[in-house]
Parts: sequence; C-alpha cells; structure tokens
Amino acid sequence: MSEGAAQFGFDLRHRAEGLAAGLPPLLAAADHLAVALQQGLHGRRRVGQGTEFWQYRAAQPGDEVRRIDWRRSARSDAQFLREQEWQAAQSVQFWADGAASMAYRSSERWEDKGSRARLLALALAVLLEHGGERIGLADGMAPPRAGRAQLMRMAEALSLRDAGVDYGAPRASALLPGARAVFLSDFLGGFDPVRDAVLAAADKGVKGALVQVLDPAEEEFPFTGRALFESMGALLRHETKEAAGLRARYRARLAERRDELADLGRATGWAVTQHRTDHPAQTALLWLYQVIGPNRGQGR
Amino acid sequence: MSGIFATLGFTTPWLLWALLPLPLIWLLLRVMPPAPVLRRFPGVVLLLGLADQDASAARTPPWLLALRVLALMLAVVGFAGPVLNPQAVPEGRGPLLILADAGWADAADWDRRRGQLQAALDRARLAGRPVAWRALTGDLASPVVFTAGDDLAGQLAAAQPAAWEPADGEMAEFVMALPEGAFDTVWLSDGVERPARAVLVKALLGHGAVVVQESPARAFALRPPEVVDGKLRLTVLRAGPGSARRVEVLVLGLDPAGIERELARQSVTFAAGDSEREVRFDLPPELRNRVTRFQLSGVASAGAVVLADDGLKRRKVALVDGGSVREGLDLLSPAHYLRQALKPTTDLIEGTLADLLPAAPDVVILADVARLQQDDADRLADWVDQGGLLLRFAGPRLAASLAPDMPVDPLLPVPLRPGDRAIGGAMSWGAPQGFSPFPEGSPFAGLVVPGDVTVSAQVLAQPSPELSGHVIAALADGTPLVTRAKMGSGQVVLFHVSANAEWTSLPLSGLFVQMLDRLAISSRPGKAEAAALAGTVWQADRVMDGFGHLAQAGGLAGVAGEDLGKELVGPLTPPGLYRSDDRHMALNVMAADRALAPAVWPVGVRVEGLAEVAERPLKGGVLAAALALLIADIVATLVLSGRLGGLRRAGALIVALAVAGLGVPQGARAQEAERLVAASDGMALAYVETGNAQLDEISKAGLFGLSVVLTQRTTVEPADPFAVDLDRDELSVFAFLYWPITPDQPTPSLEAYRKLNRFLQSGGMILFDTRDADLAGGAVTPEGQRLQELAAGLDIPALDPIPQDHVLTRSFYLLEDFPGRFAGAPVWAEAAPATAEKAEGMPFRNLNDGVTPVVIGGNDWAAAWAMDDQGRAMFRVGRGQVGERQREMAYRFGVNLIMHVLTGNYKSDQVHVPALLERLGQ
Repeated sequence: MSEGAAQFGFDLRHRAEGLAAGLPPLLAAADHLAVALQQGLHGRRRVGQGTEFWQYRAAQPGDEVRRIDWRRSARSDAQFLREQEWQAAQSVQFWADGAASMAYRSSERWEDKGSRARLLALALAVLLEHGGERIGLADGMAPPRAGRAQLMRMAEALSLRDAGVDYGAPRASALLPGARAVFLSDFLGGFDPVRDAVLAAADKGVKGALVQVLDPAEEEFPFTGRALFESMGALLRHETKEAAGLRARYRARLAERRDELADLGRATGWAVTQHRTDHPAQTALLWLYQVIGPNRGQGR
Repeated sequence: MSGIFATLGFTTPWLLWALLPLPLIWLLLRVMPPAPVLRRFPGVVLLLGLADQDASAARTPPWLLALRVLALMLAVVGFAGPVLNPQAVPEGRGPLLILADAGWADAADWDRRRGQLQAALDRARLAGRPVAWRALTGDLASPVVFTAGDDLAGQLAAAQPAAWEPADGEMAEFVMALPEGAFDTVWLSDGVERPARAVLVKALLGHGAVVVQESPARAFALRPPEVVDGKLRLTVLRAGPGSARRVEVLVLGLDPAGIERELARQSVTFAAGDSEREVRFDLPPELRNRVTRFQLSGVASAGAVVLADDGLKRRKVALVDGGSVREGLDLLSPAHYLRQALKPTTDLIEGTLADLLPAAPDVVILADVARLQQDDADRLADWVDQGGLLLRFAGPRLAASLAPDMPVDPLLPVPLRPGDRAIGGAMSWGAPQGFSPFPEGSPFAGLVVPGDVTVSAQVLAQPSPELSGHVIAALADGTPLVTRAKMGSGQVVLFHVSANAEWTSLPLSGLFVQMLDRLAISSRPGKAEAAALAGTVWQADRVMDGFGHLAQAGGLAGVAGEDLGKELVGPLTPPGLYRSDDRHMALNVMAADRALAPAVWPVGVRVEGLAEVAERPLKGGVLAAALALLIADIVATLVLSGRLGGLRRAGALIVALAVAGLGVPQGARAQEAERLVAASDGMALAYVETGNAQLDEISKAGLFGLSVVLTQRTTVEPADPFAVDLDRDELSVFAFLYWPITPDQPTPSLEAYRKLNRFLQSGGMILFDTRDADLAGGAVTPEGQRLQELAAGLDIPALDPIPQDHVLTRSFYLLEDFPGRFAGAPVWAEAAPATAEKAEGMPFRNLNDGVTPVVIGGNDWAAAWAMDDQGRAMFRVGRGQVGERQREMAYRFGVNLIMHVLTGNYKSDQVHVPALLERLGQ
C-alpha cells in the first residue's frame, strides 16, 4: 500500500474511533435551542434542579418512622422528613417521522422537515431532562429514562431514517401507560394509522401533542405549468398540465387533513399544532414545552 | 436569379428538400405541449385523483415556435453546404471518365481525394452525363463502359488507395483499352511524375478535354535505410519543391516484452526548395536489432513506411575454435576464414563455450571441435533446443575423434563414419570433387557454384534411410557435403569439410559467404542482388495497405526470389514482409534508388488544386447560428417551465454551456482518472450508480459504513467508497462491486458488459441487491425482473442459495443468516460443484475453489450498513434492540463478504490444517 493510502487508512481509523467521542450534532443543536428557551422561562422555581431532594419538613403524625431523616433531626429537637421532589417524574415519549417524505425541503434556505422534527423532539427532550423528566422514544428504541446519557441514546436513535417508506406512520408500540407523547410528522400519508395510534395511546391514558411539520411549499403549493409530481420514494406520481389549477383544491385537501388532526386532538385531549420549517423552531418548542412541560403536569 | 443568390451555391442542394416538411413540424410543435417538469413533492399524496380543469393549459408560445422552426431551417440550409462564390465549373455534355492515381501517394489525404471523386461524380450525374471511373492502380484491362453512374457512388465510397503506384506498363496498356469516341476526363493526380503518364495524357487529349485535379501538398516518402559507418541513413523524399515543412522520422520496434514502441525520432526540416533530405540514426546494436519499421510521423501512406528486415540486424555469432594453433599461422586456423567472412556483418564473439553461451548468441559455430565436455554439451543442446543455430565444421580433429564403437554425438545432424575420406590426393586415384548443383528445397538453391571450388577431403555420413532428408548440399558424386537436422526449435548444420583451405577451396570463394548468408548467419546490408535470391521462394508474412498499415498476409501465393529482387511493388507483390525459411526480407514501396519528381502536364490540360481558394463555404457559420438558436431554445424552455430560478442562473447556465463546449470534458476526464488513481491507491469498495440520486446516496453511505466497520474490526482499511459508472470507469482497480437494482435502471453498454465479465473472471465480486426483501422469491418483483434482464449479459455460473457450509458463513464471523434491512430471504451464490464431499471430521464439505463471482439477494444491505459521516447509522432496521442486533449481523455479513472477496477460499482451506500439522510432525 502506498504512503498515501496508509495515511488514508489511518485517517479513517482515526475518524472511526473519534465517532463515539463527539456530541451528536443534533444534540448540540437541541441543547442550543433549549438554552435559548430556558432564559425565557426563568420564572419557574427550580430549587434542587432535577434532583430528588426538595425540602425538609417537620414530621407529622402518620409519617412512617423510616422516612425520618435522622441526620437532619439530630441537629434539632424536632424530627424532620426529607421530602423528595420529582419522584413521580413523568415519562415523555417521542416519535419523529423518519420516512422519505420528511427529507423534503423546497429551498436551501431552511432545513428539511425531518431535521426540524428531530430537532424539536430532542430540544424538548433536553428541556425535560433538565426538569428531571424521563424521556424516551415511543417505538422502544430508547425506553424512557432520565439523565444526560439518555439524550445521547435518543439522538442516535432519532437520526435513523426509514428506508423505502414514503410516508411514516406513528411507531408507538412502546408507550407506557400514563406517559405523555409527542408525535412529529407531516401527517400527509394515510390518516388511519395516525388515528389508530393516537386512539390506542389515549386508551392507555397517554396524553400528548401532535406537531404537523410542513414545508412552506407544501402549504402554499407555488407550482405552475406542466408538471409530474413524484413522492420522495418515487412510489406515487401525479401528472398535471397546469399545476396552478390544482392549488385551491390542494389547499382545501390540506385544510381537510388539518381539520381531521384537530378533531382527533379534541376527541383525545391531545394538543395539535402546525409548524412550518421556515419559521423559527423556538416558537414550536415554546408551545411544546408549555403543552408537555412540567408546568402543565397533573396540576402540580 | 440575381443579386446575392447568384453568388450563393450549395454543395448538396438536394438536402434543401428537407425544408418541405417544416410546416408539418410547425403543426406538431404547436400541438405538443412542453415536457412536464419532474418535481419531488411529498404533498403529491393530496393531489392524487385531482383532474386538470383546463386541458389546453400549456402550449408552446408562438415566438418559441418560430425560434425552433428557424433553428431547424438554418440547420437544413447549413447541412446543404451553402457556398459563397461557388466555382463555376464549365460542364461539358458528353461522357466523362474519372481517373484517379489511387496509389500510396494519394493515401495521405485520401478522404479529400475521395470527396473530390464523389463531387466529380455528382456533378456529372447532375448534368446527366454518362460516366465511368478507373483507379490507375486497379484493374485496367477491362474495357471502359460509360453508364448513368448509379452504381459508381458505392464503388467510390469503397475505393481504397493501393500500396503501389500505377505501373508504367499497365498505363501504356490502358491507352489501348480506352473506348472509341469523344469523352472528357477528370484526372485526380497524386502529383508524382511517371514516364507513362505523358503517353496516357496524350491519348486522353485526343478524346476530349482533360482536367487534372492535383493537391498542392506534395507527397512525402521514405527510402529504405542504408548502413553507413555503423549508422542508419534514411532519405526523406518529397515529390518536388514546395513550402517549408518539418517532418519527423520515427524508428519503431519491439521492446523486450514484444510491444511496439518508438525507439528513436528525428525531425527533418525541408526548406522551400528541398525535395530530398537525409537523416541519420546512431542506434546501439541491441536497439538496431529490434527495429521493425521506420515511419514518417503523421503521414498515413505506404510510401512513408519502411519495413526493416534481416538486412538491418546484426547477429551475435559465437565462434569456438578447435584448439590452439601455433602463433602466426593464421591462414591455417579454421576460424580465420569464418572470422573474415563474418566480421563485417555480425557481432563476433570468441572464447570458450562456457563463456559464450551466457552471452545469448544467435549462432554458435564450432570449427573442427571434436569433443565437448559433458556439461558444455548439455548446455549447448539446451540452447539449440530453444532455437539456437549450431553450425559445425569438420576437420582433422573431428575426423580423428570418430571411432567405430563410440556413442553417436547428439550434436551432429547425421551419424558419421569413422575416419575421413581423401579424394584426389597423391595416394588416391580420383580427382578433387566439385559440387553438384544445390537441390530444390535446400536453403542454398539457386546459388551458382564457381567451377574452381573443389573438395579434396571430407568426413562421411553413415549411410541410412534418413540421410537424404538431411542433405542440403552434396558433392558431384552424391556424398553429402552439408547436412542439417532440426533439434527442438533450433537446428544443427554440419559442413563435412573444414573451415580452412586445407580440405577444400570453398572458404576461399565467394560462395562460402553466400552460403553463410543463406543460413541466416550473416546478412548483407542493403539489398541482396537478384542472383543471391535466385531459386528461393518467399511467402508474404505481413503486407501493407495503401495507408501503411500492416496486416496478416493471408493466403497470398509465394513469390520467386528473382521477382522479389526486382523491388517492383504491384498487386502480385504487395509491399510487406516476406519470409523464406528463417530469413526475412522486406519489400518496401520505395526502391533504394527511387527519386520523386513533380508531375509535368502538357499544354491543353487544365490543372486545378485540390483546395479551392476563391470559394467561401458558409456551412460552419450557418450551422453555428442554428446551434446558437437551439441553445437559446433550451434556455427559453427552461425559463418557461420554471426550472430556472432567475436570469442570473440562466446567465450562469449559458456560460457553463459555453465552457462545456470548450474544455470541461477534458478536465472532467482528468478528474475521473485522478479519482480512479485515488481509488486504486487503497482498496476501495465500489457501487454501481443507478441514476437514482437517493439510492446512490444510500449505497455510498452503506459502503462507507461497511468501510468504517471493516477498519474498526479487521485489518482491511478500505479507501472511500467509489461510485462506478459502468460505461466510463475502469473496473480492474476494484475487488468488490455493490449493485442495487431499480426497475428503471438503464442497461449497461456492450463495452460495459465486457468490462464486467472481465471483472468477474479476474476474481471480482458483484453483490446484487434487489432491495425487495425477495418477498415472492425470484423474478416476480419489478426489481427481480430487472435483475434478470441486467444479468443476462453477464458471465454468471449456476447459482444456489448459500448453503450452511459455504465459506461465507465463516470467513470472519460465524454466521447463519445474511440479513440487511430485511432478513430471512435466501441469498444466492455460485453453486457448489456436485462432486463436493464432506470433509473428514468437519461439519462442512471440501469446497476449495474460487470466490463466488456474484452474491444475489434482496435484503437491502446498504440501508442497514449506511452511516453518515459522523459514523451514526442512518436507517432504521427492524424494531428496537432486535433491529440493532440485526444491523450488527448485517455488518458481520458485510465483513464476511469482503473477507471472502479478499482471501478467497482461505477459510475453506483451513480444513487441511490438521493434516498439515500432522505432516509437520506435531
């Protein structure tokens, strides 16, 4: 092998070994996004951030003796209990559509839908992890857990795409009862799998949010002239002689789909929103955080 | 017609008829809407079922229509060849005879010459003149018949220049064959003067007008080389003075590997008045012996090629002397006469046999050497076996060594009787014997024996039935004088007389040298005289065509040496390489004393140059305008269909198009070569480009992932994956090719299939992936069907699902299944031979041969292997942790596959390890 090739081999090994060390770019971006949001939400009381300890309180009749914190009690006459906050941390499970349709973007100026969906999911996960929640994926690739390491796992699993699938259907087989769920997709494919998945989740007592991530072109349909439309996996085709003539009807169908989503949300108590990839991610994240975040909780 | 049209003509006016269907095209263009723009758009699912409301939506706008029709019109007019100021050719009425010299001197610009022929024919046919045509190098004997000329166009198109030139005799005969009555003549001359030309022109002028078309560019030719002071001297000839020009003389020959290469090159500058220049090459003997031909660079003519033959070669001759002769008695030494005869023409080396054989001589001469040491004799016999020529001379020592009971010397062509025979001495009755004429079939046949050559003593051959077959020269009384025997691919020749003047006067005569010559021991520089060629028959080995290309001679009849010696090139003796026995002779177009003179035409003959000066062809300009309009049409179409973002991009596109027309392809090609070089630097995994950008990206990411895994886990450290364009890229630098199948994949070209088959035969492997999970098995899915179509042109052996004992299951990891993104589908590889037997004590059969050339499956491996440049998996495999396990197995399959490609049956051979260990005594 020549010197150049040897050098190359070394480079590749170096790269290969360095892979595990680096922070996934998705996680880095999500961190960045989450930090930006935290500054806006500083009103929340955050004593003992994310840890079990919350406060000591005087023991009252009826408290179990073994819950008394003797170290604290020894410093005074009364008995104190160590109270723990966040012990009943919520599980939040995500599904970000990885199908081919999510790889679409109509312009270089903004990222594709899939990237935006993954970014939103992980940024919310970062915020929730700071808040001590347990986070995971709805498809069982990363069962809900707390901690920074879980974010790494999620980042890895989230960046997997589905090969050979045009439109995604929720992979929500591993939702825990009573957990909360966030589904991010363009929801352009068949609606029945979505409805089934959300209804099944609602049956388990799962509440959550549906975020429809769309490209501006998908919303505005700016095409004109003779065109052959093809789905991202080239499985579906539609030919038209004048694309502009389809605009109104396309938008009507899109609105119909949104109505279906909204109806589903009303029926199950899930929150529904739309997000466009040319809009800043912060707005969607803020909305998500308010819907899913700890403030909402079960009245806590 | 008046005005501009009077000065405008067309070279092929009938093409203008193509303007007629233009209105039809106008209509068609109007009806045909522009091609649809292909848009990737996920929202298509919401469009399904929506019908167009306005059917007549898109039509080509009229101005675009006008643009296109104008472009077409310009193209038609352009191809019709508009010419400004066409030369007015006064057309006669009567029959027209078209003559062409069509010899080697025409070959250099034959295309123009043929165009001229056809133009003459076209003009004559347009004018309705009966026409006939003759090539003066062709068959002139048949009578000239004027016809309408319909079949002549084909004849002219197929006409090729001959490698010889019009023979004077035949031209004179042609005068006789000319038809009666008046006719005009167009003569395309090569501009070289020939004696018989004047006669023919005179005869033609008697029938009507003669127009001569002659190129102002003079023909160049090369005379055969002469050896002067050890240097090769070549003369470059030009048919008459002309403008100053530089030509290059190339010396071509075979390199040690047998590949023809340029050995030397010199340029010669002709000044305006020069018609002859010399060039000298000083080549070392090793190079000189390799020379096959001399050539004028860039002149495609038989006259510009000179073939080299034995005359140039200097053979290396090893001379071994019988033993010490007293100093000062040179004339008695057997080697003296040989030395004198051979020194001028060969490289003579002398010494002992043990020293000489390693120098790889062409010929070994043993002059009166009786006995050789056994190991010398063995080595000499080997050397002869491999094609050496051993020449032995008898003498007193050899005669003395012959005893009745000794074993036969294998290095003699015939067994010899003991003792020698003296004829015509003081003690014998007979007179010294003369030679009998050399028999037919002997290499000496045709040599004239001088009367004063006699033999007074010789050694005698043991009479036997085979003896007569070995005799190539005999004495007048019939006793063998020279005998010869083949030995392996070489031969042994024995002169039954001594090499000095003791036994015979042969070494004193010129015949001695001629005989050595005939045995291809020495060779004369320059041409052999006709006498020296008398009696030989030469077979054409390779012949030259008019352009100077050599080709196998095929079944040409043998040529008598006398005819060849005349150096007259003609249909029966085409120029080329001739062979007789072991000798080669080149017959070149130019004789050694040939000179070229410019043709002189008598008064009354109109001479035109081939290149017309006054005409101004407009073809290029008009076609360029048409092209510009077409480009404008492309841009306009793109703008109309909305594929161009804005005018800025259109500008960029136009610039790109312009640049593309200038030089980008070359740059791209160089870039390609660089990529290939980079790929060949290390071991690169390669994939076939399908044309589907998404799929190609997956393939690339997949192979990158596999490369990373290989680098991490094995000593295989592949370079970056390489995208292979089957039609363009060289495959020999790869060992492994991943080929995903799509239903709409284009079929590779024939050349690509040839490359693929070579790739498969030389140990490469293709992994075909239909990516359909092989759901129905076989060719039911579109991908499967496409795979069958694509693989039809490939050299693929019988296939079987990979059996559990295939080496792929254990070439690195132990595997049971070969999953990709899908799992469980059978994967196919080359079938094991039916004779495979179960290895003793092993759970598998003895399958020790070869790498399977193809592996076929539908598990979408690339998607499972795919990694982004951060090393993270890109696609989901299966569900949850089980899926990750499947991905791991997919990687393991990839590792096994590459290991199998790279190590072949190594793991299979491990079966034999116990046996090997046992044999080692452990």
